[in-house]
Amino acid sequence: MKNMNKKFWMGIILALAFYGIVQVLLTTGIFNDVTRSMLLLIGVNVMLAVSLNLINGITGQFSIGHAGFMSVGAYTSAILTLDYDVPFILAIIIGGIVAAIFGVLIGMPTLRLNGDYLAIATLGFGEIIRIVLLNTEYVGGASGLSGIPAKSTWTIIFFFTLFTVVLINNFIRSTHGRACLAIRENEIAAEAMGINTTMYKVIAFTIGALFAGMAGGLSAHTFYVITPGSFNFLKSFEILVMVVLGGLGSTAGSIVGAVFVTLLYTYLREFPEWRMIIYSIVLIMMMIFRPSGLLGKTKINFGKLGKKEAKANGSIDSSTP
Amino acid sequence: MKKIGAIILSTVLTAVLASGCGNNNTENSSSSANGGNAAGGTIKIGADLELTGGQASFGDSASKGAKLAVQQINEAGGILGKQLELVVADNASKSEEATQAAQKLITNDKVVTIIGASTSTNTLGIVPVATEKKIPLVAVGATNPKVTVDERSGDVNEWVFRAAFIDPFQGQVMANFATNNLSAKTAVIYTDTSSDYSKGLQKFFEETFKANGGEVLSQESYQQKDSDFKAVLTRIKEANPDVIYLPGYYEEVGKIVKQAREMGITVPFLGGDGWDSPQLAEIAGAAALENTYMSNHYSPEDTATEVTSFVEAYKAANGGAVPDGMAALGYDALKLVADAITRAGEADPAKIKEALAATKDLQLATGKITLNETHDPVKAAVVLKFVNGVQTFEAKVNP
Repeated sequence: MKNMNKKFWMGIILALAFYGIVQVLLTTGIFNDVTRSMLLLIGVNVMLAVSLNLINGITGQFSIGHAGFMSVGAYTSAILTLDYDVPFILAIIIGGIVAAIFGVLIGMPTLRLNGDYLAIATLGFGEIIRIVLLNTEYVGGASGLSGIPAKSTWTIIFFFTLFTVVLINNFIRSTHGRACLAIRENEIAAEAMGINTTMYKVIAFTIGALFAGMAGGLSAHTFYVITPGSFNFLKSFEILVMVVLGGLGSTAGSIVGAVFVTLLYTYLREFPEWRMIIYSIVLIMMMIFRPSGLLGKTKINFGKLGKKEAKANGSIDSSTP
Repeated sequence: MKKIGAIILSTVLTAVLASGCGNNNTENSSSSANGGNAAGGTIKIGADLELTGGQASFGDSASKGAKLAVQQINEAGGILGKQLELVVADNASKSEEATQAAQKLITNDKVVTIIGASTSTNTLGIVPVATEKKIPLVAVGATNPKVTVDERSGDVNEWVFRAAFIDPFQGQVMANFATNNLSAKTAVIYTDTSSDYSKGLQKFFEETFKANGGEVLSQESYQQKDSDFKAVLTRIKEANPDVIYLPGYYEEVGKIVKQAREMGITVPFLGGDGWDSPQLAEIAGAAALENTYMSNHYSPEDTATEVTSFVEAYKAANGGAVPDGMAALGYDALKLVADAITRAGEADPAKIKEALAATKDLQLATGKITLNETHDPVKAAVVLKFVNGVQTFEAKVNP
């Protein structure tokens, strides 16, 4: 236990060191605006991927409504800062909480479904949010909200991201996290062991929604404009791609996946004609040659540095040419 | 422990990749800094357009139009003795990517002016960047008034201009056309109340039509996705106006026109660029569309020399493709910038901005442009008439 804590704090210290280095590079101007907004985007995407991983990877509930929660957080916080002069950090947190409330409301009825049915229900939720926003005059309708102050800084996004990763990681390692894992592995067995499956699914869903909402708020305050169109189901898939690419069920994998996809997408901007083709080819190759994702099922648990793949995935690996 | 290891790994990965990028950027900026804004005898203009994504056809047309303008200017010897260089960046039809693309154009490519984007939403993602970096922005296809005028403060965005006319302007154009060309004295306005666009056109049509001495007999309204309009059309028939103004989108417009003709309403229907879709003729039928008119940005059938020469050059450069409205606007946006740089006397963003604001009587493909105090163009719109279901050039209406 003592050793575990030591490692934990070492991780935090390393993360802070990374933050410090980037901060220095940003202040001295070695990192310009383009790099800066890429870093901010990476932070937001890491938050989204890690929170979706909690629902999809850890609890094993296939949700594709993450963009819906993101839009709730984005719109809530943007309205708060634009119309009510609420302090920025508070607005982001309120945005996350409102998204979490939606998470509970949506989670209660839909999480009794599973597999394909849950996917369709969450997809439906995302679309409903989008259509409601589209037809609400107060939030700008189809043309969305513009002129949102760009208050997200590297410092704020970094600490929100760090907070997300640490909190979700600790959740996964807790009793509740193990209950979620049990649900993923075998729901009936978990229930037989006395785990209230619906409650834990709703908890995971709500935590996921909370951070998705915060990420949405941060993203809105980075890119000035939000429209209902930027939170369509394709955005949900983009987040899902990050999670699957990094390794479903691995927090570290989600981080790597989010970083990788964001960088890939940013650098491919130089080649607009080839962008989608290369992006798609990379995804296809990844899924053929490494179906378990970049980091496989690398455990969020403490152990030696390295990768450990689930047996099931290993067998798929060996069968590929 | 493993988690920590993986986190460290990902952190290092980020650091390596991000710093790699940072280094490249600094090299770029230092090399550009040596040559100033117009390094190597070229003036760089950025284009932030929709090359991929949902509105890719708009961005593609606009970039072809802008490239044609650059080619023509360079063949004629460039500007101030320098060649123009167009740097095109893709915004993937998303406003947040438009923001990043604009940052890239300004920071890495050191452009002196940006043109784009093709839609209002994507342009709104560029506006804050252009304002913050003090780089002029000429929007290509943005028609929403809030692009150039901040909707909250009501202030004009100092650095933002546009090549397309704004939505309300079309209402004025059609009112003038009704009065002057159709000699209409009375009108009925039939508005789509679920669309800002329609309401904008309606308001300005009414104002102008009344100012011209016309009388608006009644105001009627419908909602998108309505399908039966006969009750309202009966009232309109009894009112018997000279013209019916129908500023909406093609889907409902098609049904309204069809039902009206079935009921024996023969007076002209007038509308805006929301009618601009091949589907209109399919829904309404060619016969019902006889005696209907719509306003649009430009028509390739226009016989004015500046239009025919643009259409010819565009066809030659793009394998015979006929330029659409967005291509003409892309061409015009770049010509607006080129004219401003020439008048500014140097490629300095602040001076280009001053010159853009003073643009007056500039002859371009979509007409003679003067930018007004809100940085919106005052220029002629074209009115198209439907003949056998096909849009044909009818008239050019000056504001």
